[in-house]
Amino acid sequence: MNKIISLDEAVDKVKDGDTVMVGGFLGVGTPEKLIDALVAKGTRELTLICNDTAFIDRGVGKMVVLRLFKKIIASHIGTNKETGRQMLAGETEVELVPQGTLIERVRAGGFGLGGVLTRTGLGTEVAKGKQIVQIDGQDYLLETPLRADVALLFAGKVDTEGNLSFHGATRNFNVYMGAAARISIVEAKEIIREGFMDPDQVVVPGVFIKYIVDGGAL
Amino acid sequence: MMDKQAIQEFIAQRVALEFQQGDLVNLGIGLPTLVANFVLAEKEVIFQSENGCIRLGPAPDPEDIDPSITNAGAIPATILPGGAFIDSAMSFGIIRGGHVDVTVLGALQVAENGDIANYMIPGKMVPGMGGAMDLLCGAKKVIVAMEHTAKGAPKLVKSCDLPLTAVKAVDLIITEMGVIEVAPDGFWLIERNPEYTIDEIKQNTGAHLHVSPNLVNMAI
Repeated sequence: MNKIISLDEAVDKVKDGDTVMVGGFLGVGTPEKLIDALVAKGTRELTLICNDTAFIDRGVGKMVVLRLFKKIIASHIGTNKETGRQMLAGETEVELVPQGTLIERVRAGGFGLGGVLTRTGLGTEVAKGKQIVQIDGQDYLLETPLRADVALLFAGKVDTEGNLSFHGATRNFNVYMGAAARISIVEAKEIIREGFMDPDQVVVPGVFIKYIVDGGAL
Repeated sequence: MMDKQAIQEFIAQRVALEFQQGDLVNLGIGLPTLVANFVLAEKEVIFQSENGCIRLGPAPDPEDIDPSITNAGAIPATILPGGAFIDSAMSFGIIRGGHVDVTVLGALQVAENGDIANYMIPGKMVPGMGGAMDLLCGAKKVIVAMEHTAKGAPKLVKSCDLPLTAVKAVDLIITEMGVIEVAPDGFWLIERNPEYTIDEIKQNTGAHLHVSPNLVNMAI
């Protein structure tokens, strides 16, 4: 099956009002070309699920500046002053989620779990309105799964099967978001077109990847 | 009097002495990041960063920068031999699962029962907690490295009035004035910077400060 599509075809998969998961940690491991194409198209009223909102000129931060998000679910927004400004002005809804909880909620969403139990956030504002479950005398917060319409991912290498491998600290949320979205699109720096990736090197199996965009040739 | 940079380096230098041989350590952004510069190589401390690095090394020379290899503050970094790159679930499994020996974080306020506030000032500054709540819950030892006051306003307090990042989480506080242990009965001054009198340190502390009978000068 040919999973390779053009950048234009890829951004057309994202509709106004969609929930999008975007991989990356302060822009490292973010599919910048997909982001730039979304910025150019101006797809809006989106809900973002991402570790952070990067910087005003990098990663999803560029979309924040253009106010393409109506809601942002992230662990950290401090490197992008515009996110904080929009939040305090009441222009954009921001839900702050502890980073370890955010990745587990994404993982739960993709892997068929009804939620996760964590001590993180007990006794803080994060716990407000959440169910507390006691296991062996220890309190845990029940954190619910997250799912999305589209996941926008970045990988170092992909083969035509959609198998992914990574370089450096780019794995972060990219490893799990594909599983938690209805449509997953990976922008890869390199597409292996002759043969396939050595199965030993595959970090994310292609079963989680629906479309591939060539990040190197664009 | 030390300037701000000298104060931060002084604190970082003292924090570095807390690590044991082979400790797995996670350093927060800002002052805590400086601590790595003062750790002796023979201690074989392993630095983990939550963005997905184990055995994080020093900054590379400019010509060797790889944009995919950074610390948790997006600053270019290196990976030392024996290191690994991991995804966020693995990274926080390490953190939440109790596998990190020591974390060093900054704080806005620390209360005498160990409560800590370090992720927001409502209506003013809302950067978010990032990985701090997980680190505070999961690390075996929590060290707060910070200036003793915020422009004269005490940061060691009876109870935090800012939103908490974690409850009863802090073990040790290291400031330019001294080293303070957070014990079940409150703050204990165990080391003092001889530049400050005990009275001065008490005046700059917003809660009762017990003075250890074994008080010594701050080790650097």
